[in-house]
Amino acid sequence: MTAGLARTIVTGVIGSDTHIVGNRILTMALEKAGYKVVALGALTPAADFVRAAVETRAEAILVSSLYGQGELDCRGFRDLCVEAGLEDILLYAGGNLVVGKRSWDETEETFLKMGFDRAAPPGTRAETVLEWLARDLSPA
Amino acid sequence: MACPGPVARVSAALLIDFGSTYTKLRAVDLERRRIIGAGQGPSTVASDVMLGMKAALGDLERHCGGLPRFRHRLASSSAAGGLRMVTIGLVRELTAEAARQAALGAGAKLVGSFAYRLTAADLAQIAALRPDIVLLAGGTDGGNSEVVLHNAAALASGALECPIVFAGNRDAADDARRLLAAKALACTENVMPAFNVLNVEPARAAIRQVFIERIVHAKGIDRAAAEFDAVLMPTPAAVLEGARLVADGLPGIRGLGDLLVVDPGGATTDVHSVASGEPAPGAIPQGLPEPRVKRTVEGDLGMRHNAATIVAAAGLEAIARDAGLEPARAGALLAQVSADVERLPASAEETAFDQALARAAVKIAVRRHCGTTETVYTTTGSVTVQRGKDLSRIDAVIGTGGALVASPDPRAVLRMALADPAEPLALRPRAPRLLLDREYLLYACGLLQSVEPQAALELALGHLADLDHETARERARHA
Repeated sequence: MTAGLARTIVTGVIGSDTHIVGNRILTMALEKAGYKVVALGALTPAADFVRAAVETRAEAILVSSLYGQGELDCRGFRDLCVEAGLEDILLYAGGNLVVGKRSWDETEETFLKMGFDRAAPPGTRAETVLEWLARDLSPA
Repeated sequence: MACPGPVARVSAALLIDFGSTYTKLRAVDLERRRIIGAGQGPSTVASDVMLGMKAALGDLERHCGGLPRFRHRLASSSAAGGLRMVTIGLVRELTAEAARQAALGAGAKLVGSFAYRLTAADLAQIAALRPDIVLLAGGTDGGNSEVVLHNAAALASGALECPIVFAGNRDAADDARRLLAAKALACTENVMPAFNVLNVEPARAAIRQVFIERIVHAKGIDRAAAEFDAVLMPTPAAVLEGARLVADGLPGIRGLGDLLVVDPGGATTDVHSVASGEPAPGAIPQGLPEPRVKRTVEGDLGMRHNAATIVAAAGLEAIARDAGLEPARAGALLAQVSADVERLPASAEETAFDQALARAAVKIAVRRHCGTTETVYTTTGSVTVQRGKDLSRIDAVIGTGGALVASPDPRAVLRMALADPAEPLALRPRAPRLLLDREYLLYACGLLQSVEPQAALELALGHLADLDHETARERARHA
């Protein structure tokens, strides 16, 4: 895959969350797999993900959250994308999305209802995310 | 300014500023690094630029007792409304902001900035703004090209005749060139080649080239071409180049280091910084990175045309208190300068009022130019987030412009640029040297450095007045 044809993906850690390591590993795996990654890093407001995706014509946004506030931070994320003309952009959320005693299934359903295409449970490997992307991204 | 001795044989340069009101001249001795003389005439660009130019040369000749043969005659211009620019980008905070930064850094007078897809109303507004140049950006390289091409097609369909500089997604450049084939178009590197990477220098250079090749003629300044070698750049760009030279120095000659230049003018207050402004250790930067050489223009902070908005921003009570006047009296003086924008202070009261205006303008303009920090509380403790440039550790603050030179106490005005315990989150300079461009030389050195950088630097360093070491008697003499 040449640089000019690389597909662009936005990554970042949403909200007041500074846990960057997992997101960084994911970013490196994506780059190694040939994606062009716009890595926004820690402490990224939801609107910044969307702005970056508009300007770079990204095809997917991968949102990390590890500090327990992910559900609050991700509310309305799909609406922001629709508002910016990114109705069809692929949205994944991952990290420590489960809060308290809730089951993963409940948590996953919450994120899917919010408009995310996939939610990754704790411990998801980068390879899994790459497989999802290969399946979900429309053919170039 | 009187100049002793015969001037005919010195190696000299003439630096010209075709200003909005006055055409100002500085003649400098290139060998001795000193000013031979200064002259001034009205700016007559609207009618015949030569009338004002001849008057200014006559004034200079009177001051010098004859004119030397000039080895260089270089000019800058902010006449005829300055370099009026409209910028267009995609996302307001990203490429649209990068385009604004590029235009400001090129010394433009930004008359409008647009983002996203241009509408019919936007196009009508752009035409009504009568820009000299439109800067069209949008999309990172390989990113969004639909919007910048939509905007190129929109500009192509409109009646706009001014040159267009394209600095958007490089993948869209060829199509943009086709769409805009009927217009004067210059294509240059993207102002934001990758997300959050600012690349404004190529766009600045392209704007300057268009300025030299087309705008100087369009404004009628080239009718004075017999009296100068070249009009190199808009005057604000010359000040910025002068600031850059003085900050960075040259191999073998130390500059002043990171610095800020503040110019409270009649219509706007300009602030220039030459400093990387990187975050302090531990602070996390957010938002668009800012250019090392950055210019901001505050259109609501002008000593005359926009005095009312200075007072609105600072508060009439505060201005009156600072000037030692009753609020009603300050209000009356405000009405007076707003109605008569050429007015110079004619009484102690008016001087005090002007001083308070300048202090407020500098305070607010520098606040807007500098970055800020914010403490964000996270589950793992607090972190410091920085937006904009950290200018707290810069080495110098230089004041320039008529309001500061005429001030009875320029130091008191410049001190308003400094860190203030009442604004703990603002990254204002903490302990810089305070200097005054008393001879109005920064623009001249900015022009001169294009041909004689060493002379320009030594001239500037030798003539910036150090306000910290000025004695009371010197101050009294200058006042």
